[in-house]
Amino acid sequence: MNAKRHSLQTFAQLLTLNGFSRLGALGLGAVGALLPMQRLQAQALERESEDFRALFKSLTQSGRVTLERVHVSIPRLADNGHSVPLKVWVDGPQTPADHVKRVVVLSERNPRPMISNLQFTPTQTRLEFSTRIRLNGSQRIWVLALMSDDRWWGQVASVEVTESACLDASL
Amino acid sequence: MTARILLPPNPKVGVKLDIRILIQHPMETGFRHDISGAAITKNVIHHLSFDLDGITLFSGELGTGTSANPFLQFSVILPHSGWLQLKWVDDEGNTGTERVLCNLSP
Repeated sequence: MNAKRHSLQTFAQLLTLNGFSRLGALGLGAVGALLPMQRLQAQALERESEDFRALFKSLTQSGRVTLERVHVSIPRLADNGHSVPLKVWVDGPQTPADHVKRVVVLSERNPRPMISNLQFTPTQTRLEFSTRIRLNGSQRIWVLALMSDDRWWGQVASVEVTESACLDASL
Repeated sequence: MTARILLPPNPKVGVKLDIRILIQHPMETGFRHDISGAAITKNVIHHLSFDLDGITLFSGELGTGTSANPFLQFSVILPHSGWLQLKWVDDEGNTGTERVLCNLSP
């Protein structure tokens, strides 16, 4: 009997919680002129340095990147910053009508933030590439993809680096 | 300087291929010093391109953020059999090429 009442109560709580979140989403949707993902991108970018934001703006022109479609796989913890495996893939068929033209990998703390800038032609299959990168300490990695319709998609990934690639052993 | 292009065994028409590229290159950042304290000049592969019989599959710039002995893995469905060719150029002006014949079985 008691258990039944308890389950009824939690059910009621769930309902109200759901009601609240739905209301919240409606409210946010009405207030924010930007799409939720674009707002997230703006928030993520606010944490970056002035120089990084300038580079980001000069790259993307409008500075508007939607944090979707691009996926990044990087270890949460990298022992050695000299060689960190990075895998990037972008959803989509990669046909001449809809494909990734360009993928830019940016580092927030490396002395030269541009890690790689690759141009692709339609591969007829999901765009996917892996490489190994150098990292100057724990930071976030931005991966930006320019599509054939000139829209930018992107993703941010955090990585903890134990030994920075910029420590010089000979000094 | 040498490079290797690794193809999966028995590539087939219309099937996704994972092509792996490995180039032997120190990718000097220009931030390191030798034993006497003199700066080692920057020397990285700044441009590379990969094509199938002259049709570019990808090309682009690498920076100092790429590890020594750059490794790249890339997925593609090739339209036809042919020679896959990799070309690169570094800051000292050295260029390199490597090519491999890719025969797709039906």
